[in-house]
Amino acid sequence: MSTLLEIEGLEVTFGRTAAVRGASFRVERGETHCLVGESGCGKSVSALAVMSLLARGGQRSAKKMSFAGTDLTSLSDREMARIRGNRMAMIFQEPMTSLNPAFTIGSQMAEVMTRHKGGSRAAALDRAAELMARVGITAPGMRLGQFPHQLSGGLRQRVMIAMALMCDPELLIADEPTTALDVTVQAQILRLLAGLKRELGLSILLITHDLGIVARVADHVSVMYAGEVVERAPTAELFRAPQHPYTRGLLSCVPVPGRVQRDRPLGSIPGVVPAIGAGFAGCAFRSRCGHADETCTRAIPRRQAGDAHDYLCRLEPDWAEPQPA
Amino acid sequence: MLRLIARRLALGVLVALTVMTLAFLLTRLSGDLAVSIAGPSATQADVEIVRKAYGLDRPLYVQFFAWVGRAMVGDFGQSYFFKDSVANLIQKRLPITLTLGLVGLSLALMISLPLGILAALRENTWIDRSVTMFTMVGQAIPSFWLALILMIVLGLQLGVLPISGTGTWQHFVMPGIVLAFTAIPALTRLTRSGMIEAMASDYIRTARAKGLSRARIIFKHALRNAAIPVVSIAAVQLGFMLGGSIVIETVFALHGVGYLGWESIAKNDFPVVQAVVLVLAVFYIGLTLLADILNALLDPRLRTG
Repeated sequence: MSTLLEIEGLEVTFGRTAAVRGASFRVERGETHCLVGESGCGKSVSALAVMSLLARGGQRSAKKMSFAGTDLTSLSDREMARIRGNRMAMIFQEPMTSLNPAFTIGSQMAEVMTRHKGGSRAAALDRAAELMARVGITAPGMRLGQFPHQLSGGLRQRVMIAMALMCDPELLIADEPTTALDVTVQAQILRLLAGLKRELGLSILLITHDLGIVARVADHVSVMYAGEVVERAPTAELFRAPQHPYTRGLLSCVPVPGRVQRDRPLGSIPGVVPAIGAGFAGCAFRSRCGHADETCTRAIPRRQAGDAHDYLCRLEPDWAEPQPA
Repeated sequence: MLRLIARRLALGVLVALTVMTLAFLLTRLSGDLAVSIAGPSATQADVEIVRKAYGLDRPLYVQFFAWVGRAMVGDFGQSYFFKDSVANLIQKRLPITLTLGLVGLSLALMISLPLGILAALRENTWIDRSVTMFTMVGQAIPSFWLALILMIVLGLQLGVLPISGTGTWQHFVMPGIVLAFTAIPALTRLTRSGMIEAMASDYIRTARAKGLSRARIIFKHALRNAAIPVVSIAAVQLGFMLGGSIVIETVFALHGVGYLGWESIAKNDFPVVQAVVLVLAVFYIGLTLLADILNALLDPRLRTG
């Protein structure tokens, strides 16, 4: 397996706030990589930074941002626009507002194709209809002429997915794609994404706060906290032997059959993700961590806990089953 | 879509009827018409003759329905002052007012759309602040003052444009600019706020994620949505320009409908007054309807309503 997207030392700041602080992760070809963490920990911002879609005021820098051998940091806006929607596509959390209300589904889908691959509008519409059928939209021919307000949230997210696939991208970035949908539709969308990965060899960078989703679809996981990737591991290993106290805390918050005892409450992590300004040193989790001591204010080593498993903490690897907090 | 148009048309007819009633009653409220037509030196007997001749001795409702009935077929009666039919008078004056209004609106759109878009794309920079400043100053300048300044500078000192009359297209440039300035501030601010809102929206983020060119994102995806309120206001502004250009028509000696209305009010020429009010109201109604149709074309969500 080769690496498709490699991000090293990604930093994003908005004015004095550091939203992403040296995040590193890599997406292998043909795998689903999950970025997981609480709200405000920098997952979405990291993804938007990869796409060069940061809102105004966002400043990005990175030691390395390589996509299929291309150095993304060296690209001009124009060159990046040629990659976006073409080789690297993105879908968002808000299917209700992500489509332009003034244009038909068909016109919005077709323009991706005509922009990047050229060709006629008719050919692009054919491709759009074909992909809509592929993502499970019935009567695609009719849907092409409809406007976004005539479609449900689940359908709109399917349209977004189909639109993302128009140019046969290598990477699909999905930012909380199911959060706004109800549970049955969520499951359908996740199954659809898994199927696309398998059949099209698509690589997916999936952003979520839902560990249930991670367990179901991810091959590799990067756990983010306060703008840093605090732990990286293959999915099974992360669930079996989480090392970072934050990861352990997250896992204790969700019920896992066999691990949760009936009479004991689920865990929770007290407090919220702190806003981090410039000049912050040490572990960002220390204010909420039960293991924190004075060494946590200094630089934290990245420890290896397996071939593809590392984490950012002063604690040595611990292979004991995590206890509910 | 058809239902929408039909409903708006029915509403428009109601508004027109209301305006007719009000115009009729208000001219009657301004005093005894027979007395003012007969003139200050007329005797009581003269006034009675005038009253009979003009049919003013009939009950009010009879006069009203007679007028409405004739107005329906385009007969607005005779002007008391101009010795011409009211329909003829309006027909002669209307092209001037329409030309002025269209020139004014076109100029206003040509200036306010680019300015609004530019300000929105450069939000909170010196460009944006200059545009805001410009619209505030534009709002504060009285039309007649701007008209006089333009006449002095362009007409008298530089001598590039004629200062009054309606002979050539050049005659409409200065009045057009002045009229445009009554609409530019509002249209610019609307365009700016609409574009700022659109550019910050999720669908613009999607358009960028699709890798579309900047021009396509701005002019297709954002402007289409930002234009919706602008179209409504532009139509209303044009109605305003057609009716409210009296000051400008007076200053530049353009004998349009607004000026005709003003003259006839001063001379108590009430058939003309009634007709002018009605014509302007019909224009206003037509423009609002046009705006609704354009909006429905721009925004598919309105089409089903």
